[in-house]
Order: sequence, then C-alpha cells, then structure tokens
Amino acid sequence: GPTQPGPPGRHLGHYPSLPPGYQNTPTPPAPSSFHPAIQAATQPFTQGAQPYQQPPGGPGPAQLSPSLAAMSLQSNTPEGLRVVNLLQERNLLPPNPVPAPTPCLTQDLQKLNCSPEVFRCTLTSIPQTQSLLNKAKLPLGLLLHPFKDLSQLPVVTSSTIVRCRSCRTYINPFVSFLDQRRWKCNLCYRVNDVPEEFMYNPVSRSYGEPYKRPEVQNATIEFIAPSEYMLRPPQPAVYLFVLDVSHNAVETGYLSVFCQSLLDNINALPGDSRTKVGFITFDSTIHFYNLQEGLSQPQMLIVSDIEDIFLPTPDSLLVNLNESKELVQDLLKSLPNLFEKTMETQSALGSALQAAFKLLSPSGGRMSVFQTQLPNLGVGALQSREDPNQRASAKDVQHLSPATDFYKKLALDCSGQQVAVDLFLLSAQYCDLASLGCISRYSAGSVYYYPSYHHQHNPAQVERFQKDLKRYLTRKIGFEAVMRIRCTKGLSIHTFHGNFFVRSTDLLSLPNVNPDAGFAVQMSIEENLDDMQIVSFQAALLYTSSKGERRIRVHTMCLPVVNSLSDVFAGADVQAITGLLACMAVDRSVTASLSDARDAMTNAAIDSLSSYRQSALTIQQPGLLAPACLRLFPLYVLALLKQKAFRTGTSTRLDDRVFAMYQLKYQPLAFALLMIHPALYRVDDMNDEGALNINDQTIPQPRVLQLSVEKLSREGAFLMDAGIVMYLWIGRNCHPSFLSQVLGVPNYAAVPEKLHLLPELDTAESQRTRAFIGWLRDQRPFFPSLHIIRDESQLKPHFMQNMIEDRTESALSYYEFLLHVQQQISK
Amino acid sequence: MEAVVFILSLVDCCALIFLSVYFIITLSDLECDYINARACCSKLNKWVIPEMVGQCLSMMLMLVSMHWFIFLLNMPVAAWNIYRYMRIPMGNMGVFDPTEIHNRGLLKSYMKEAMIKLGYHLLCFFIYLYSMILALINE
Repeated sequence: GPTQPGPPGRHLGHYPSLPPGYQNTPTPPAPSSFHPAIQAATQPFTQGAQPYQQPPGGPGPAQLSPSLAAMSLQSNTPEGLRVVNLLQERNLLPPNPVPAPTPCLTQDLQKLNCSPEVFRCTLTSIPQTQSLLNKAKLPLGLLLHPFKDLSQLPVVTSSTIVRCRSCRTYINPFVSFLDQRRWKCNLCYRVNDVPEEFMYNPVSRSYGEPYKRPEVQNATIEFIAPSEYMLRPPQPAVYLFVLDVSHNAVETGYLSVFCQSLLDNINALPGDSRTKVGFITFDSTIHFYNLQEGLSQPQMLIVSDIEDIFLPTPDSLLVNLNESKELVQDLLKSLPNLFEKTMETQSALGSALQAAFKLLSPSGGRMSVFQTQLPNLGVGALQSREDPNQRASAKDVQHLSPATDFYKKLALDCSGQQVAVDLFLLSAQYCDLASLGCISRYSAGSVYYYPSYHHQHNPAQVERFQKDLKRYLTRKIGFEAVMRIRCTKGLSIHTFHGNFFVRSTDLLSLPNVNPDAGFAVQMSIEENLDDMQIVSFQAALLYTSSKGERRIRVHTMCLPVVNSLSDVFAGADVQAITGLLACMAVDRSVTASLSDARDAMTNAAIDSLSSYRQSALTIQQPGLLAPACLRLFPLYVLALLKQKAFRTGTSTRLDDRVFAMYQLKYQPLAFALLMIHPALYRVDDMNDEGALNINDQTIPQPRVLQLSVEKLSREGAFLMDAGIVMYLWIGRNCHPSFLSQVLGVPNYAAVPEKLHLLPELDTAESQRTRAFIGWLRDQRPFFPSLHIIRDESQLKPHFMQNMIEDRTESALSYYEFLLHVQQQISK
Repeated sequence: MEAVVFILSLVDCCALIFLSVYFIITLSDLECDYINARACCSKLNKWVIPEMVGQCLSMMLMLVSMHWFIFLLNMPVAAWNIYRYMRIPMGNMGVFDPTEIHNRGLLKSYMKEAMIKLGYHLLCFFIYLYSMILALINE
C-alpha cells in the first residue's frame, strides 16, 4: 500500500512481457501517419457515447456498434452539460467520491493517457484561443503529483534516450511517426530522425516498429539516465537531524519519541552503503556530535560563538551510517536523558541552520529541523507578531508574509547546494510559521505542524507524530532533482505553486523530491491553437535515487482542443479548478490582502456561472443554472471561504492559518480537497452493500453525505474525514448496541472525554468500523488523528466548523450563498 | 550657471540611460537562461538605490534652477522609484526577488518598465541637450 515504498518498477531493460493490451495494438494501415488514434480523432466524441475502434479497411456493417447510430445524431447534450438548477436540486454530492473527468479523446489515446492521479488539468478540453479562455472565466492550469508512489512503473535502460532536437521533449505516446524513420514532436512539431537502436523492438523481436517500444506505449515511464545527465557523480543519501533541546522542547517530550522512532527505522532509511547521518542539537549554543567509527561513545562538541558559526572538526560529524551504527544508536538512546534537566529557554535556530548548512553543503542531502518555540537568539531571531485579540477579526489578517528575508536567503543558499530543509514545528505558542516556513518552501522541503504537542496532555498528536515520522523516515526520496514542464507550442506557463525554487524559466530546482508533494502551474494561451486537435504536456523529473542511480521520470498527458464555449464548459474539472483556485487565493492573500483573495474566489464562481448563462445557455430559465460538471463549484468555493486558511470572523490562530495555506499549496489534489470539503459518513448502520473486498477484508462503502447538521441525527454516529484529522461524532441517542460493540462502553454517558483510539473488540461492528477507518487511512501518506467526540466535547466546535452548508454568525449558509451568487449574476 | 546645471543633468541622464540598458540586458539574459534568477536579482538590486539617487539628483537640479516644467517631468518617475522601494514586503530580498520573479508575469512587467524608463530617459536627454545648447548660446 502507499505507506511503504512502492515495489520496484518492472525493468524493461530486458523487456519481459508488457502488460496486456499493449501487445494487441493492431497494425496500422499503410498511409502517411503511423498513429491511427490521431488519424481518427477528427472530432471530439461526446462524453458518454461509446467510442469505437476503426478496423483497417473501414468499418463493415457487421462491425458497427449500435451506439454509432446514437452518436451520429450529435444532438444529445453530453452528461457534463446537463443543466442543473442549483437552487432546486439539493442532493448534488454523488454517493461515492467524485471521479476525475475523462477527456474527450478517442479510446486509443485515452487508454495511453497519463493517469489523473499524477497529472490533471483544470479544463480537459483546452480552448483554442486566449479570448475563448477569458470568456469562460475559468483558470487554466495543471496539477501534478510527479513522484507519487506508483504500483506499476515501467523502467527503461536504453543507450539512447530519444528526445526532440529543438525542444528536448522526451519521446512519448502522442508523437506521430511520419514513416518508419522519422517522428514528429507533438510539442514543437519538429521532425526528428529515429535513431538506429530505437528501430528494434526486443519485445516482439521485430524491426521497423518503433511505435511499439515502451517509451511510445507508456505515458508514465522512468529512464535510467546516462552520464550526460549528471553534473557531478550521484550523491549518496545524507540525512542531518537538527534538534531543539531547550527547556520547552524537553517539556513537550518530543525528543524521546523522535529518538525511538529513528532507532526503530534506522535500517529502513532509504540509501545504500554510502548513506551518511549526522546530528546537531541546539538551544542557546550549538552542539555537534563526533561519531567517528572507533570511538567508544559519541562525543559532544559545543560551539557557543553563535554569531560566527564554525564546524569544530572537519569530518566525522557526518558519518557513514553502516560503519558507525552502534555509535548512532548509543547517541539516540542517550539524547533524551542528556538534556532532561536543562533550563535553557533561548533558541538560536538561525545559527543552528547555518551550521547545518555548512555541514551539508559539500554533498547536499536532507536536513530535518525540529523546533518547539519562537527562535529568539542570534541571527534569524523573530518577534511575536500575532495579536491574540485580532484572531476573530472580521477584517483583514496581517502578518501572513515573512518578517525577515533571512530564512528565504538561507533556503536559496541550501537550494544551490542541493540541501532540502524539512521543518517540524511542535509548539503551543506562536512561532511565526510565515517566516520559518520559508526555509522549507524554497528548498523543496516539507512543513509538519503539531500545535500544542505534549507527550502527556495531547496523546492524539503524539500518535500522529509517531506515524508521520515513520512515513517520513522510510518513504522514497530523490536527491539533487530538477523538473521541467513543457507544453505544446502556443501554451506557456506563467505561475508556479509548490515547494521549490524556479531557477530559470520552466526549470524547477528540487534538492529533494518526495512522493507526498504536489505542484500546480497556471498557463496562458500565447498563440492561437489553430489547426491543432490535441495539445500535450510533459513533466520530466531528473533525480538521483537513494541508491545513487540517476533517473528521469517522464509523464505525458494529451488533451483535445475545442473552439466552442460549451465544449470548454463540458470539459471543466471542478475539483482541479478548486485546487488551483485555492493556490491562487493563497498567493493573493500574501501579496495583496485576505479580503481581496476572498472576493476573488467569490467572483470566480459568479463570473463562470454568469458566463455560462450568457453564452452557453440557449433557453433562459429562472434560478441559478450551472452545467452538471460545475454543479459543485459554488459549494467548493463556499468551502474555501470557510476554510481555516481564508475564514474571517472565527477565531483562528495565525500559525494554524498559515499552515493551512501551505498545505493547500503543497498537498496533492485529492488530499487538498479533503481539507477543503471533508467527507461525512454515517457509520452506525453500515452494511456490506457495495463493499470492497481487499486482502480478504470487507470494506464497507457508506454514502458520502452533505456537510450540514440537517444530515446529522441524534440516533446515529457519523465520521467526518477532513484529511489530516477525523472526527467520530456520537449522537445523544445513539443506539447502545453501537456504543457497546464499537466503543466498548455501556451507554452514551460513559464515552470518555478524550478518546482517540477505537478499541479492538471482537464484534462484527467493531471490525467493520475499524476496517473502514483503516482503509481511509491507508490511502494517504500522512496519518490522520481520530477524535471520538460527544455533543458536549471540547472538539465539537471544530467538528461543526466543517459543516459548510450551514449558516454561522460570520458566514452565509450554502443556500444564502447561492442566492448571493444569483443576485450578482443578474445584475 | 544655467549651462552647468544642464550639463550636469545631461551627464546624469546618460548614466540613467546606461542603467536602463543594463537592466534590460540582465532581464533578457534571465529570460534566455544565460543567468539564473538569483544572480540576476542580486545584480539588479545592487543598482536600485543608485538609480533612485540619480533620478532624484536630476530632479533636485531642476528644482534648484527653477525649471518647473522639467522638474514636473522628472517627478513621476522619481516618485514611482521611491514608492516601489518603500513598498517591498518585509520578506522579500529587495525590489527584485528571485523567488517571485518567475511568477505572475513579473519578469515581463519588469522588462516593460525598463523599456519605458529607457524611452523616457532618451526623451529627457534630448530635452536637456536642447536646453543646454540654448543656455550656452544665450551666455
């Protein structure tokens, strides 16, 4: 499952059997283009109609499928454009999670197309001109998850990696072969020669069929890169841990959890025999650890001159893991005790980061920083900028941007030396995450946040920290990576979202790449896409694997081009649009203001529905009309307005808000959407109808409910899945059998106040509930904590805040929001 | 006296023209991938203050010698430079920030700004030249 590093890709260097379906490609007819799928794609087929295969020689009467007759009418509106009156239809949420829309391509092309879990576009039908895009009033962009853990990944070792001569695009399934020896790039339309080695296809042992090679049959593929792709010999895996050991840190008790976790997973750290580790601890001084092989115990070296940091010894601070393993284990066992009695309250984080950077810059690698308070000493010291009285302000929120450029500068220095910084913030007070987060954002690191972490008072956070650490330490990792996103001529990328540094146009510098990071880009149409039926996008990620191998992961996606507004609307992907809108709103909040961002989001819903009403609707009806593919758009926009990142009028800590903004930009789309619009299920009456059978376990699939208290019932128990946290709400009159069989308590009053674990009882109900929650948890790389709450629980307001469709003192209900949108449209 | 003022302004304007050209060249180097974002921004940030000083100097000269029309001509650009400098967010590394320069078409707008300034400085150059010659003739 996704909690472990994925199985190794199938090596096609020796060309074992390709997956079924690829070997059965019919030989194409003789004419000029060797790509039958493109030849047949003269018109986008309407969604829902049955695409068909054109056999060579033309369709005979016996081969015409019955739906061909229906398709030729072309007067049926596709499902995506079915008109929905949002004010009348209340049950818009489908019972199961919303699937990604399928682009309007022929079946051949769509079968080869990149998976929507990896590569997704806000508009699955690209408008032909910029003016058409402007008319639709929808953002155009791509959301990618390029390093996702994949269960099936073709890996190719080839002496030649075939690329276009002018634009350097990798050969992909959507190029066209002009004849046996020449291929035309689908991004710049240049004609290239097919190299001699490429003509031979070892799978079918045939010569002269280059289009059957795996590079041309797979949209997602990984190459083993030859030495031309290396600027320096591939670096080893280097891990440096920078730990806060001030009094505050020791109080929280995170240090023992961390040390235990690292001890448990020390053999599972990705790497090979060259892997190196190091440790730095800091409070008001910086402590280094000499772990030279041969020492009887680790030796601590203290540097107190924090203004001018230097490394006390030239080597043996970063040591080979295999050679010094016992010393490392000794250090981890003794670290929590070393600082047990500390009374230091100051934290010189800036100097510690500079020291860590000095240590890592020769090789590059990963720095994991654990911080529990506001850094208040030395360079990079921060002030407390949050005013607790302004938390529930209905006006603008200040201090969303960094206070100093120290962390940004250091992050850029790190990025230049291939060092990524991951930040773990475990603090109860304000820590100025807006400034501290920069160290991770521009060095391609990730930010983890555990507010109010305490080993005794907050066991749910402790469990989450443990599970997240396990994933963090053992997940796949790529070093010294760069990524380039290319589009067909005519399209250009103008804004980037995610944790990386844009070193030059279209080149993203990623010192570390991890499988849990998502990226987004916005595009514009610079030249009209006339004469093009499809456009393609390619994301190529060049990285060094933890075993020191240089690899290139290539994803290619193609989408049709349309020139009518209704086709653009029919292809809209409402979830991708919401994800991109969230990224844009975060940018706007920081550069302009939060209220600007909120207005911009509301206007996005208003403008797009207004544009639909004016241009695409033939019959004017009263009510708020939307195409079926955009029917959830106002709901998602309202959910964004009520999201922790953007809400006003409700008390929100500044660090919580900033972290929510970072997550909206960093998480891949599926998890960002869970944050924005949590899923609500009724769990006390689950049955096996429609259940999935995975690994001999029956996983029930309850229906997704609307987020309104209307759907809650005192007689039931409901699970809310909000991505990073889950709430199991128990109704006051919940059936005692559920309480006893699943929670192990006799009645409602006996449900404990702070329960965060479901007891493992032997009843069918308990197994079913735990199977469902376990299945939800397994699908994501981070660990969502579970809170079991009654009506009087302290966490009830958090649960109720996610009831997006209801009205609160500071926000509209869903129906009122729809009325507001309708009013703005008819102005 | 008049002539001296205009000679100084002319020299100042020449310097500003060269500076605009330098900005344009550096920005287009970034567009064509000859340098990276960090190098480009540090080069440009180094010259932001000298540009402001040069522009204000020229404005002061005109103020002191009471040539109101040319003074008013210089004011918008000087005001814009000062406004741009004052409005840098605290977390940014100067007027040109390498992490933001590739976003939201900022590179293109900086290029446009540099071109407009170049055209404007050329215009000013000819005005000063003409005024200087007039002043020299009248002396």
